[in-house]
Amino acid sequence: MVSAVMSAAEPRAVRRKAWLTNVNAWLLLLPAVVLLTAFTHYPILATLYHSFFSLSRGGASEFVGLENYTYMLEDHVFWQVLRNNIVFAIATVPTSIALALLMAVWVDKKMTGRSFLRLAFFTPTVLPMIAVANIWLFFYTPNYGLLDQFLKSLGFAGHNWLGDPSTVMSCLAVMVVWKEAGFFMIFYLAALQTIPPELKEAAQVEGASRWYFFRRVTLPLLMPTTLFISINALINSFKLVDQLVIMTKGGPNNASSLLLYYIYEVAFTFQDTAFAATLTVTLITILAAVALTKFVYLDRRIHYQ
Amino acid sequence: MRQHSHSVETIAAWVLALLWLLPVAYSLWSAFHPSEYATRFDLTAPLTLDNFVRAWNQAPFARYYLNTVMLVTMVLAGQLVVCTLAAYAFARFRFFGRDILFALVLVQLMIMPDVLIVENYRVISALNLLDTIPAIALPYVASAFGIFLLRQTFKGVPNELVEAARVEGASAFGVLWRVFVPLGKTTYIAFGLVSVSHHWNNFLWPLIVTNSVESRPLTVGLAVFGAPETGVDWSVITAATVMTMAPLLLAFLLFQRQFVQSFMRAGIR
Repeated sequence: MVSAVMSAAEPRAVRRKAWLTNVNAWLLLLPAVVLLTAFTHYPILATLYHSFFSLSRGGASEFVGLENYTYMLEDHVFWQVLRNNIVFAIATVPTSIALALLMAVWVDKKMTGRSFLRLAFFTPTVLPMIAVANIWLFFYTPNYGLLDQFLKSLGFAGHNWLGDPSTVMSCLAVMVVWKEAGFFMIFYLAALQTIPPELKEAAQVEGASRWYFFRRVTLPLLMPTTLFISINALINSFKLVDQLVIMTKGGPNNASSLLLYYIYEVAFTFQDTAFAATLTVTLITILAAVALTKFVYLDRRIHYQ
Repeated sequence: MRQHSHSVETIAAWVLALLWLLPVAYSLWSAFHPSEYATRFDLTAPLTLDNFVRAWNQAPFARYYLNTVMLVTMVLAGQLVVCTLAAYAFARFRFFGRDILFALVLVQLMIMPDVLIVENYRVISALNLLDTIPAIALPYVASAFGIFLLRQTFKGVPNELVEAARVEGASAFGVLWRVFVPLGKTTYIAFGLVSVSHHWNNFLWPLIVTNSVESRPLTVGLAVFGAPETGVDWSVITAATVMTMAPLLLAFLLFQRQFVQSFMRAGIR
């Protein structure tokens, strides 16, 4: 009798508990869900939606199908900023990775003043890009700037570094490499410290040279870190545009403009939010593709620990 | 031979390090010397605070400082509360829709608010928040990154500790507050440092949503101040630049190890 009552009450208690767990969990998540919906999911969907509509200057906006996209494909500035962005990524990603690795190897060794070295390499990471841009802007100022003064003292002529389409990208790339390399260094440093010292001892017993050991043992072991950093650096190259606002405004003649900066210009200077939405869809697609690559190639591998 | 190659490497490392510090060192030089020494490196050049005084008087930097401090405090406080609650739910509750919801959170890791400027501007405008500090902060409060980091940390909390607290009669909130939060201290510090540095330095979004002295953070204030049209003296601009980066730079110099470790921990996930 008693046992029959118990067994009838038990599922109800269990169900009640499960229901309570659900309510509690959703209440805990409520603030995050509201904010994420408002500032991530809704904007993504709204971007997509607005990319299919005409601009509503005063009147109502109309569904225009793929018209904005056709316009984008015919817009030579779009192709230029996309090309610039790819050039920018190719110029900054491998260089900052190579430098980061070199820095990490140096800092990892028992070198004189290694904590000073680490400090020096990492410092640019904590500085605001906008402050950095201000400093480097002066380096590149024609005639009066530090670079030109230095070159003049060696007998070269002055040059308008940021005003010349053929040099502006390299100048910006050098600055970004300077800003980012130290940040990537710390990931290599962490990875280097997990390589067992016995490996090195064994290699030394076998008489392998340092370079051989580095190439055949260290580099392959660092591969997951390299991939991780490459993806992050690649995403950053599509995200970092602060410097353009101060240094070049995308010029001369869009020679240094990047996709996100073009979106900013189209939306807030030319007030063409429909076209800006279309460009944003392209940027989102690129970022999603990079993230998926990361998911497929990187997260499956075992890394760290 | 080995000794020799070692010293060559040490020298190369030092040259690169000094080269790396050069831009910062140069900005300090120019900020603390009269403008006629901006590009003349003379060790006998007189030191001066004049550039700072002039920058401070020419633009409302005190207000910009206050705005930035309010901004980073607001973002961090919001993030800590929102992300802790969400991470706790993901780590410790089995509920309907958990995996889908978590995947939806992770979307923000690949498509960050920095990219959604056009539509976020509309949302902020619809909320009637344009040109306020909450407008700069709100899109970043529910940080997927913070949720992810804290969830990982909370998952590692041993079950025995949770059970022990339950036996003592702690509620779900009590367990969170007395067991999970104290054990997440390292993660909180790492996330906090990264968040404060990121939002102290953030620029494009604040530039878009602010339009007045009352809401502008330091970075935007600096950009407005240093715009070439204003014709402000270079040395004064450098002084303003140094003022903008000084708090973070000093914090970094004092707590170097924590900074490096936090950036690493937060980056590796």
